[in-house]
Amino acid sequence: MLLIPCPWCGPRDEIEFGCGGEAHIARPENPDELSDEAWADYLFNRANPKGPFAERWVHSHGCRRWFNVVRDTATNEILAVYEMGAPRPEIGSPPVLASPDESGTTSDGESL
Amino acid sequence: MAERYQQQSALAHFGLSARATSDQNESECGVWLGEHAFRGQINLRGDPGKKTFMDAVAKVTGSRLPTKPNTSAGPDDPQAGPRALWLALGEWLVVTVPGAEEETARSLAEATADCGGTVTDVSDARTVIAMGGRHARDVLMKGCPLDLHPAAFEPGACAQSLLALATVILYRGADPSEADVSAFEIHVARSFADYLWTWLEDAADEYGVRIIEG
Ligand SMILES: [Zn+2]
Repeated sequence: MLLIPCPWCGPRDEIEFGCGGEAHIARPENPDELSDEAWADYLFNRANPKGPFAERWVHSHGCRRWFNVVRDTATNEILAVYEMGAPRPEIGSPPVLASPDESGTTSDGESL
Repeated sequence: MAERYQQQSALAHFGLSARATSDQNESECGVWLGEHAFRGQINLRGDPGKKTFMDAVAKVTGSRLPTKPNTSAGPDDPQAGPRALWLALGEWLVVTVPGAEEETARSLAEATADCGGTVTDVSDARTVIAMGGRHARDVLMKGCPLDLHPAAFEPGACAQSLLALATVILYRGADPSEADVSAFEIHVARSFADYLWTWLEDAADEYGVRIIEG
């Protein structure tokens, strides 16, 4: 069982979450111009590394928010947690919590 | 919404008030259980970073919305005024006494209309099961993955999680008395209320259960 640090709620049990597969897959801007192969590649083909892997998770039974996780697929160690839309962080340091607020800080200025 | 006189609580079929006892001294009972039927529950969304929004809500509810995750704000006793539970970034559940939800929701909607508030009365979606007693935490720990140690889940703490695999919002109230530590309120969808109540009564059976008037 994984203990996943939700960027907002804090560490929670894996059963509260759902996994949305590989992160950072952008929808092609001009689908009409793509070949069938390129479209199929976007739709179906995913990396399957042994080691650090960026994937999307959703805290389904908690705050219901999506976020990104870098997880080592060999050890299940969670190496980073960061916001949707943020670039994949450099791996090699301990888990980094992303800034939790859409506006950068909470109203009283404390980080969550 | 149903006419008031037609309203039936989610656990009405258990006849809980007929089983309720007010005898606080039943020392062999380690857990008490009851239903707080028809609590007003209002889903409120808005930008916690926007002062106008936060001020407008505070004017209606009497207390500032909590911005710290897993915490609540407002009185423990709903008779004393609405209580707001933190649900997610920019999302709260405002809890009121039965019947106060329409007026509170209307006031919140009017007050936050100009500063991006979204107000939805969701009172009929969930009922509230109250549980307390010296073994209440032991019962929860049988089916909830949260860290419920009193130091980690303090009075006023709240969290959305799973209890016996049912999605719940858990709130820890103030300790009713020295001997009676930890009173919890469990918000659960009406459709799961029968299941969860049955599970709770069964899980609490080994400690002795007393039913209280909600
Ligand atoms: Zn969360």
